[in-house]
Amino acid sequence: MTATATVHQSEECLLRPGNTNCGGCGMSVGLTMLGRALAEAGDTCTLVIPACCGIVTAGAFPTTSYAVPTIATTFASSAAVASGVASIRDLNDEPGQVICWAGDGGTYDIGLATLSAAAERNENIIYICYDNEIYGNTGGQRSSATPVGARTSTTPSGKTENKKDIMSIMAAHRIPYAATLSVAHPEDFAHKISTALATHGMRFLLLHSPCPTGWKSEPGDSVDLVRLAVASGLFPLYEVHDGARYRINVESDGADPAEYFHRQRRFAPEEIDLRMTRRACADRVQRLRALAERHPIDG
Amino acid sequence: MPLDVITGNQAAGCALSLAGEANRTARGAACGIYPITPQTEIVEYVARFPFTKGRVVPVESEHSAMAVSMGASMSGARAFTASSSNGIAYMAENIMVAGYYRLPIVMVAVNRTLGPPWNIWADQGDTLMLRDFPWLQFYCETNQEILDTTLLAFRLAEDKRILLPALTCMDAFIVSHTQTETAQPEQSEVDRFLPDLDLPHRMHYNEARTLGGLAWPHEELSMRLEIDDAMKRVPSVYQECRKSFTEIFGRDPGDMLQTYEVDNADLILIASGTIATTAREVVRRRRASGEKVGLVKIKMFRPFPEAALREACQSASRVAVLDRNYAAGTGGIFWQDTRAAFHSYRDDVLIQNYLTGLCGGDVTPDVVDDILTNLASRAEASDPVWIGVETGRRTLQ
Repeated sequence: MTATATVHQSEECLLRPGNTNCGGCGMSVGLTMLGRALAEAGDTCTLVIPACCGIVTAGAFPTTSYAVPTIATTFASSAAVASGVASIRDLNDEPGQVICWAGDGGTYDIGLATLSAAAERNENIIYICYDNEIYGNTGGQRSSATPVGARTSTTPSGKTENKKDIMSIMAAHRIPYAATLSVAHPEDFAHKISTALATHGMRFLLLHSPCPTGWKSEPGDSVDLVRLAVASGLFPLYEVHDGARYRINVESDGADPAEYFHRQRRFAPEEIDLRMTRRACADRVQRLRALAERHPIDG
Repeated sequence: MPLDVITGNQAAGCALSLAGEANRTARGAACGIYPITPQTEIVEYVARFPFTKGRVVPVESEHSAMAVSMGASMSGARAFTASSSNGIAYMAENIMVAGYYRLPIVMVAVNRTLGPPWNIWADQGDTLMLRDFPWLQFYCETNQEILDTTLLAFRLAEDKRILLPALTCMDAFIVSHTQTETAQPEQSEVDRFLPDLDLPHRMHYNEARTLGGLAWPHEELSMRLEIDDAMKRVPSVYQECRKSFTEIFGRDPGDMLQTYEVDNADLILIASGTIATTAREVVRRRRASGEKVGLVKIKMFRPFPEAALREACQSASRVAVLDRNYAAGTGGIFWQDTRAAFHSYRDDVLIQNYLTGLCGGDVTPDVVDDILTNLASRAEASDPVWIGVETGRRTLQ
């Protein structure tokens, strides 16, 4: 039932070497950065992972690639199982974070009601969604996080609907902390993990997680791609306190999003409306700037 | 021990709460709760209980109610919940998972008809749908029995030889909403009966372990076999728990299979839940007029007490299985398991199925009396007989 391994409290190692994750996997880089940030803060965690690549990462019984306690849950249940785990941790005055580590399918789709309820209860957990914009573990089907235009095995001619704005949904719950993360910006990543660790209650972090297998991109391009997403305003890096106060952490430099699309074969040039995309990026950045100016974190 | 006039739901809420509170000297208690008629009063009771070391989490669905309880149980706390009908169907994925995680969660179920069409009255189809999951299942007849069996279920589920979750069930409204005199135990007695929970495979915040990851077929197969071994140990561990219960609380919580007037009985009724109460009265009257009839009440449905059932029916030439449930395309579920229990042991017993009280219908003494008359007149068994169908099709008349 349980895979036991010698406790390996190597400060740097949350995800152990030798796992079978794909090259260029953003989730793997994210786990490594998370482990480092925890170690720097002198903190520990229990991972609660629903059905997704993140639990396949652990590997087969009796071994495990995770150097921390890890619980596999049903697809829709990570935030609820984590609520139970965190409750008993708090009743017993035990240290450590309870961190949900879930893909976009388990967050935007099947687990959304569970996540919303945990946010409404302000559970004392950290929820990290590594968003690769696809059901990756099942071979690349569309989710509500898949961006418009992307080809997946269930949208062979490109997705016709927009990506769901999960950050606005989570901010609307007025949870203590919500922020976006990019593996292209490790210092910002570390800052946000450390803010989350120092905050009590529900914390939601959204990681833009490149998936070369699903995105049909070169593994070596992963970090460049998500850097372009930040620079162009496709995936702005910002944080929201109490659902009310905003800060943009890395300003968009107005880079053209065209290259982001051209370097991924999930996007067919004829199915991407670059004019609309540029306008959407500008609108997104403008809206965030207005929020950050009107409701600043330091204000 | 004070006797109070309370409902079956309050009896169940009392048992869950006292059991949870009893673990305050260990890792505490927690549960996810969600309302559904006619179970709601149970979770209201739990939500009001002043736990010393516990947390009641009001969630957004039955699926999450079981998920919260699983998270708490994995962390070594005593965990429980309650549900009914379509709520159980919605929860089903996590019910199954709790079993394969070997988490000793106790759930009280109020047996209610599955919809559509919507109907809130008694039918066992909701929990019997879970019959192939690794859960113990008990069907109770009275308020006292649901209280006692729920307490006993914790002790049994948490026993290291078992480590399986347990369901305790009662009929909608007939038990859940009927007030009767019920002995509510003192906390100190429950403390003595339920030792601190020590879940051997619980998660520790400082131990790198993965619970519930991937497994190869041969590994998972061995885990299934362990569940089978644990199920086989249930009858003997049950008797130990029952004995201890009787010593501490001063009353017998009842055997997993309960007989009434089966000695030399030629005709035997097999029933569960409140139908057993009615059947017992009919058997009493018939015995008074010298007829060789008897009753077997099946309290524990999982694991199915096959050997005890065969033994109880030793003298019978004909048995009637009364099912307040229906498995589409086959018949009553207790009937199926009864037939399987006799198969290859005895082929001289006529086993007839009567589907009665389905979808909340009343099972009156007259109905049970007619069943006995019908059984006595039979030379052979037929397809399951539907009782209470107004067209008269396939009824006793």
